[in-house]
Amino acid sequence: MNSSVIIFPGSNCDRDMDVALKKFGFKNKMVWHDDDELPNSELIVLPGGFSYGDYLRCGSIAGKSKIIQSVIDFANSGGLVLGICNGFQILTETGLLKGVLQQNKNIEFICKNIFVKVNNSENKFFENIDKDVLELHIAHNEGNYFCTEDELKSLEDNNQIAAYYCNSDGKIDEKSNPNGAIKNIAGIFNEKKNILGMMPHPERMIDQSLSGEDGSIFFENLLKNLK
Amino acid sequence: MKVKVIVTLKSGVLDPQGKAIQQTLNGMGFANVKDVRQGKYFDINIDGSDEQKAKQSAEEICKKLLANQVIEDFKII
Repeated sequence: MNSSVIIFPGSNCDRDMDVALKKFGFKNKMVWHDDDELPNSELIVLPGGFSYGDYLRCGSIAGKSKIIQSVIDFANSGGLVLGICNGFQILTETGLLKGVLQQNKNIEFICKNIFVKVNNSENKFFENIDKDVLELHIAHNEGNYFCTEDELKSLEDNNQIAAYYCNSDGKIDEKSNPNGAIKNIAGIFNEKKNILGMMPHPERMIDQSLSGEDGSIFFENLLKNLK
Repeated sequence: MKVKVIVTLKSGVLDPQGKAIQQTLNGMGFANVKDVRQGKYFDINIDGSDEQKAKQSAEEICKKLLANQVIEDFKII
């Protein structure tokens, strides 16, 4: 299974993602943002980090980079695209995903493990996953998901909410919401569910020495679903 | 031709930085400050002297890059 990770100036989770993808059996290539073409891939990943120093708005400059048109074409033709953290912000800035990631409600950079309840129906990312409550890691300043009421309704009606912040038992409540995200939203799909953007980092939870291995469950399951 | 652009958060959109500034001002003794909304200001130098054309470009620039219209409004002044 071929994957590609796009590197922007200021990406900093690109190599972690590369290590994670390879560990679980993907043949991964790294792609520079200034390239025109994507290598033949079944999965494109926009990694976390601070592309262009978060100038203007997080992800806004990366969202206009040269490679992005190829990513948009790939996504529109049904290809699987995963955006983590800054990658999620970039996906909203390109318009591939609805809404926007605003500054955290408490104006603090949040770096900690959290739990998410994932949506495991009718999508390649989470269906058949062994656990639907995963312990993952977040590290962001702008993770407060926001969209209009109409957009929220259509996300809910089309089952496009991919992950909710919750407690360790899977209860979605205000206490488990780290950043003020509307409805505890940690990640969303596009309408066809071939694009996933989420704030939590599965690539940071792939080894016991990294405080947990629920990220491994995600990658193993993703690969299985793609085969 | 110089064009000035102001980008602000739409009303109703949470502005935690504005809120923090307001609370700080209240703490400093400016008890009369009821609300602060933070925005961005851009000075853009556009080639040519046709004001109409420059403002048209600026509008396109705002829509395509400077403002995220899900949460922001822009004003060209």
